Amino acid sequence: MSIATLHLTTNLGLNSAWVVIAGLFVMFMQAGLAMLEIGFVRGKNAGSIVAKILTNFAICAVVFWAVGFAFSFGHGSLLLGYHGFFTEGQHAFPLAFPDNPQGVTPDTLWFFEFVFCAVALAIVWGTTLERVKFGVYIAYAPIFAGIIYPVVAHWIFGDGWLRMDLHVQDFAGSIVVDVTAGAAALAVLLQLGPRRGKYGPDGKPRAIPGHNMPLFGLGILILWLGWFGFNPGSTLNALDGRFPEIVLVTQLAGSAGLLAALAVMWKLTKTFDIGMAGNGAIAGLVAITGPAGYVRPWAALLIGAVAGVIVVFGVIRIDKRVDDPIGVLSAHLIAGIWGALSLGLFADPKLAAHNLPGSHGGLFYTGSLTQLGSQAVGVVVTFAFVFVSSYLVFKVIGRTIGLRVTAEEENAGLDISEHGMYGYPEQFIPMPELVGYGAVPASLRIGTGPLSDPDVTTAAKQQGKPSTRPGRQDGPSSPGSTDRI
Amino acid sequence: MKKIEAFVRHEAFEPIRIELLQRGFPSLSVSEVKGSGRQAGITERYRGAELTSWLRPKVKIECVVADEDVQTIVEAILKHGQTGNVGDGKIFVFPVEQAWRVRTGESGEAILQSHPDEG
Repeated sequence: MSIATLHLTTNLGLNSAWVVIAGLFVMFMQAGLAMLEIGFVRGKNAGSIVAKILTNFAICAVVFWAVGFAFSFGHGSLLLGYHGFFTEGQHAFPLAFPDNPQGVTPDTLWFFEFVFCAVALAIVWGTTLERVKFGVYIAYAPIFAGIIYPVVAHWIFGDGWLRMDLHVQDFAGSIVVDVTAGAAALAVLLQLGPRRGKYGPDGKPRAIPGHNMPLFGLGILILWLGWFGFNPGSTLNALDGRFPEIVLVTQLAGSAGLLAALAVMWKLTKTFDIGMAGNGAIAGLVAITGPAGYVRPWAALLIGAVAGVIVVFGVIRIDKRVDDPIGVLSAHLIAGIWGALSLGLFADPKLAAHNLPGSHGGLFYTGSLTQLGSQAVGVVVTFAFVFVSSYLVFKVIGRTIGLRVTAEEENAGLDISEHGMYGYPEQFIPMPELVGYGAVPASLRIGTGPLSDPDVTTAAKQQGKPSTRPGRQDGPSSPGSTDRI
Repeated sequence: MKKIEAFVRHEAFEPIRIELLQRGFPSLSVSEVKGSGRQAGITERYRGAELTSWLRPKVKIECVVADEDVQTIVEAILKHGQTGNVGDGKIFVFPVEQAWRVRTGESGEAILQSHPDEG
């Protein structure tokens, strides 16, 4: 609705106000993910994450407004929506007013679904940190926000075949957000390869410690707060009375995930692992995202706890094979799959009827595997679609722009090599140079641009080759180098 | 006794360290230093404004060895430190007058070897 011609009824106003506020919480998850990622990478890559999060968020909004929202939530076929491009059209969106008189305004729905898409996109990049070219973000973001995510969202959140025909339950996106993001994250990771130094010559994984655990903790807490928009807001309704219980259910799963992960790590290593405690909370919250509106508090506790156990073993196993710096594959992909399947076990039949008429209760209530089967199909279809389409897109990006920075740029850090500045300048520029600003005359300047000196950029190519100039440690080969002693 | 002071690239340190361990030289000190030689500076841009940093990071390795071992250490550093480009670093060797082991009070070249008690 581009012109405010609606006079909102109290119901529509309250529902829309609640969902916009919930959407703001979800937007704040961008900050959470940024802090989590910054904490988990080395200081030389801290700034690049800020640029990435901001740019993706901006691209996502424009593309999702233009086409993504119509593809996902517009009227259309079971495969794809095709009404409501640029959020235009009075009757374009079945979930929004006026087609759904109990719902929210179309713009409210747009905002809430856009921030979901933006979170999914932000999660995708978790596997690529510290070595990917910035151009890859810009190239893939419009495709993800314009078509890949909207297709899945249409199938499971909108009027698509998985929801309408197979009755796949997914309250707030264990599948739509987390399995989707995890599948795309795996697709790019397999083509990108590990960070330099992650695996020793013997193939054994080595820890690359993040530089700031307090920021990581702040990130976890912001994400946790964001989940109170993510799940309860997915009611798209303030007046059916469901959202407060979903707040409770969400909190219980997060707590259970954290405590389970902490306990398992203590059992394995006899330490109270900070990073894994955080990963456990995220895994519990991811797992409860799909079931949030469908399960009772006791089930939420179980779902979260199992996710907390899964994430520990997932992180340790996955680390042996592929380099996933913040644990996206375990905390989002695997925990998301578990959350989706858990609905087939624990979905309360009454809540199933309330949220998605035609869907069934879980095995523990009904003794039937019907819903579990539907959930499995939902997971497999989503994973296959997103993984294959993203793999192909990244293949094309790899052939054209290239996925990875050079070894020398990776050593120097993405902050200086991709963005021309350090995230922590004082750590890299000695103080004497900062106070003596402008002291070096222009005539003595030999380097221009990040990593511009020819000796450094060629060094990467020659790495490993024996020098042809034995005993010579430096030389006048660099332009103007004799000017600098 | 001689003291060897080597300035090398960060990437060179681990291979040098492994080589020295294998050759029986576990004792050394390392500091991260910043300095300038003939290597060019790095220019940064903060919202368009430029700042060039001329002081580049290097690792300084220091160790004290018997006269006859100097060549071994130097060779290990040269072997792993060379990329052939400006900025590989430098090695300096100094004479050492005297040395003590703090724990036992022993002095002289004997302290470069492990203590007889250590087995």
